[in-house]
Amino acid sequence: MNFQTTIGLEVHVELKTNSKIYSPSPVEYGDQPNANTNVIDWGYPGVLPTLNKGVVRDGIMAGLALHAQIARRMHFDRKNYFYPDNPKAYQITQSATPIAHDGWIEIEVDGKKKKIGIEEMHIEEDAGKNTHTSKYSYVDLNRQGTPLIEIVSKPDIASPEEAVAYLEALRQRIQFTGISDVKMEEGSMRVDTNISIRPIGSDKFGTKTEMKNINSFNYVRKALAFEEKRHQNVLLSGGQIAQETRRYDEPTGTTISMRSKEGADDYRYFPEPDLPPVEVSEDWIKEIEGEMPVMPGERRKHYVDDLGLSDYDAMVLTQTKEMSDFFEEAIKDGGDPKRVANYLMNDVNSYLNDQHVDLQDTKLTPANLAGMVKLIDDGTISSKMAKKVFKGILNGEEPQAYAKEHGLVQLSDPAQLQPIVDDVLANNQQSVDDYKNGKDRAVGYLMGQIMKQTHGKANPKIVTQLLMKSLQAM
Amino acid sequence: MDFYETDLSQLHDDLVNKKISATELTKETFDHIKANDDQVKAFLTLDEEGAMKQARAVDEAGISADQLVAGIPLAVKDNILTKGLRTTAASKMLENFNPVYDATVVEKLKQAGYVNVGKTNLDEFAMGSSTENSAFFTTHNPWDLTRVPGGSSGGSAAAVAAGDVLGALGTDTGGSIRMPASFNGIVGMKPTYGRVSRWGIIAFGSSFDQVGWLTRSVKDNAYLTALIAGNDEHDTTSSLKAVPDWAAQLNDSTSIKGLKIAVPKEYYDGLRADVKEVIKAALDHLESLGATVDEVSLPHTHDGVPAYYILASSEASSNLQRYDGIRYGYRAPEAKNLEEVYVKSRSQGFGDEVKRRIMLGTFSLSAGFYDAYFNKAAKVRRLISDDFTKVFKDYDLIVGATGASTAFKIGAEIDDPKTMYMNDVLTVPVNMAGLPAMSLPAGFSAEDGMPVGLQLIGKPFDEQTIYNTGYVFEQTTDFHKKTPQLGGQN
Amino acid sequence: MMASKITEQEVKHVAELAKLEFPQDELEQFTTQLGSIIDMFEEIANEDTDGVEPMTNATDRVNALREDKAVKASKEETAALLKNAPDADDGYIRVPVIIDESEDGE
Repeated sequence: MNFQTTIGLEVHVELKTNSKIYSPSPVEYGDQPNANTNVIDWGYPGVLPTLNKGVVRDGIMAGLALHAQIARRMHFDRKNYFYPDNPKAYQITQSATPIAHDGWIEIEVDGKKKKIGIEEMHIEEDAGKNTHTSKYSYVDLNRQGTPLIEIVSKPDIASPEEAVAYLEALRQRIQFTGISDVKMEEGSMRVDTNISIRPIGSDKFGTKTEMKNINSFNYVRKALAFEEKRHQNVLLSGGQIAQETRRYDEPTGTTISMRSKEGADDYRYFPEPDLPPVEVSEDWIKEIEGEMPVMPGERRKHYVDDLGLSDYDAMVLTQTKEMSDFFEEAIKDGGDPKRVANYLMNDVNSYLNDQHVDLQDTKLTPANLAGMVKLIDDGTISSKMAKKVFKGILNGEEPQAYAKEHGLVQLSDPAQLQPIVDDVLANNQQSVDDYKNGKDRAVGYLMGQIMKQTHGKANPKIVTQLLMKSLQAM
Repeated sequence: MDFYETDLSQLHDDLVNKKISATELTKETFDHIKANDDQVKAFLTLDEEGAMKQARAVDEAGISADQLVAGIPLAVKDNILTKGLRTTAASKMLENFNPVYDATVVEKLKQAGYVNVGKTNLDEFAMGSSTENSAFFTTHNPWDLTRVPGGSSGGSAAAVAAGDVLGALGTDTGGSIRMPASFNGIVGMKPTYGRVSRWGIIAFGSSFDQVGWLTRSVKDNAYLTALIAGNDEHDTTSSLKAVPDWAAQLNDSTSIKGLKIAVPKEYYDGLRADVKEVIKAALDHLESLGATVDEVSLPHTHDGVPAYYILASSEASSNLQRYDGIRYGYRAPEAKNLEEVYVKSRSQGFGDEVKRRIMLGTFSLSAGFYDAYFNKAAKVRRLISDDFTKVFKDYDLIVGATGASTAFKIGAEIDDPKTMYMNDVLTVPVNMAGLPAMSLPAGFSAEDGMPVGLQLIGKPFDEQTIYNTGYVFEQTTDFHKKTPQLGGQN
Repeated sequence: MMASKITEQEVKHVAELAKLEFPQDELEQFTTQLGSIIDMFEEIANEDTDGVEPMTNATDRVNALREDKAVKASKEETAALLKNAPDADDGYIRVPVIIDESEDGE
């Protein structure tokens, strides 16, 4: 029997606003436990939430980036459950009126393009964090109230590969809006999955299993592939899939059933009485639309069609908005597109990887990278010197001044170089004779002598020209 | 001293003219409270030290003519947070709770230089109509100590009726200011929903809760309410509408000639005979003052109690989930694991009535019941609200009784929650619609001699018409001048 | 028509959701009381509410939004919060160890 697979993804994206969604506490990481909390974050008696305008704005932005319909009137709902990291014992979320609905994004798997629908997306608050020892759990509420957008896909995803392609595309589009870092490894993007299979042709969905908080795209693929296979094996051996939540076990590459309390999930949603409704005007949507950065797909097309980059280069450069913006800025500053692209993809990327930093955390500027590329192109510095100049511009140095200061400028003036050429020829008669006798190797030796005399600063292109001219004239 | 023979502006004049200092006034206030509170039990916490400190500060700073409440002793219901002063909501859950911030209303009063004598008793988490649900003790009605003061702001009402203070803050979710005002023969105003900030008010039913004053006089009430009203950035349900100087309109030329009063038959027909008699006389009096009085119908009135108890309990069940023994408040000492921290702390920390409401609310919101209970009640709420809107198209004010009966005997209804809930039939529709409403003394029952309250219900944000009417009524009657004889017959 | 009366089993379930427990004798009493109150609730069942928009708040506000500006609590403020916690350790709120991670709502 052949099966078809249906996958649903719920993605939580953490927004990088200044303050929390319902309290003015800062959204910051790495602080002392509970340092970024106030009475609201603690769910104190008598406190009330206030809705952060920036979160609504970012929610609309995300909706637009995912081609979704923006809700013109919305309210918030309470989702009730007890947990130590959930101080009010309810989460303020959107259940009945999500901020956006009916969107889509395009993915490409094995050269085939496909649109994946987005059911709805809503804004809500994150919980705090629990850490555990054998005897106690420790609650830190710094993360409590951090704004989240939850994005729920339609059941359009038909394979683990499509799931990952969807996540990639989603991550990229959200990343380009600038509202979130969308980093799985830092928890600013979190993925819950559900999967079911049914015999091909059947119009009834199979029983779903869920997996929560899988922490990399690779594991998403592996976990879904494992589940897909497991479902098939169960059904083919005449068994039934249990509707349950499972956990992906990384060391074994398998999924494991989690103990679940039957009937415990009854969140008793109802409209949040402490927050008035929100109405979104056409003008506000237009304003946010105007702030929407160009999305990666359009940028890639531009890089390939207009700037002559390869598809692969265009793909690498559009991994993050920061990289893409940096590239475009450096081009504007006069850098050659291909050379700038090469530097970004190789030297810059390996530096970022080695240092575990993001582009925006370095002192490198587009103007300085473009400046250095221009110095290479006009022969002011050699590729070898460029390696040293690159270190300078990583520290925020201006490339031309840096090259001068550190003696990294090539000697390109023929008037300065000719006497040295003449001098080397005069002192190396044997090599001159060798050349005349057809031993081209001698040129290399002579070049080396000239470079030695100039401490490697001579512009090889000019030296070669001068040397050949002199040799032929002899 | 008691505050029977004076009012806010009189006391203010005395303070400004140095006939009495704030310190002396505060001292005398405590003398009076100490003499009677053993019997009345209006206060959960008395803060003599803090009050004297506030009074001394006022004396040192001096009082200018525009600081009407500077140096005036007032009381605060104990579900309103006072920084550094224990706030319990009359619950074991918060028996030792020390607020780290002030409610907005308290902050405003502090800025105005008030003297807080202490925190008044209430039904636990403001759930009840008698203060019998306080985890600590029951407050007694100063008019008859064997009777309840009403609730939930029973401590505030009894304190004012006993002459302890000129005014006490209360909260009103389904009648909790007006009903005790009626039972104690004083004035109690629930402003329009959104008029007063709820920041720092221990939430019960968030879409119903409002803060207001229980006072001896209408004018004091108008002044004090204006003082605490207005938009607050901490409470985004609080209205942006400007707060009028209601008290400034209350003087010899205030008139209700031509005022169109509607009397819903539902607010009249079911009254106990002795109460009906008083209300009838009050309506006749209003007519004699130049108002027109017509009978109208608010046809969904009878739905008020069930719909209110579904909705308010639902909100309460959610609002009270934060009392889980983890971040503050009571934690069961013997709890060994997380589930026990939750279940034992909550089961031991909450009293029966609170548990009942939590259960009712949880049930009304639970899977399979939401549509039939919560959502149905929310629709009925709209019908009730629409009833009022329709009547207010043709009338300026709705008038009726505050309660169908007078204060009942302590213990009479405590084992019968359903009957207890029915006491709220005339007050909850106002909260459902978010309207302003005031109870003021209308007379005394011929049957038991207890005070009867007249309820004035206004259009949204039209507290002025209520105050005007109440003021004229008060100035032309002398029910408010009668005071209880503690421990004796009235 | 709504189901009449609540069973002891249902009361137990609701108590579990609300994190409350009742000894058996109280449970029986509660069941009777809740049943009678729920009967009263059902008085609204026959009200015609077709097409009626539910009313879930009474505020006159719309779009009451706060500008995205961060305000950090003072050290004293967070210290006061921790002081009110029944059990705290090294800046954390402490509870008996959470055994069942699957309850995590997120």
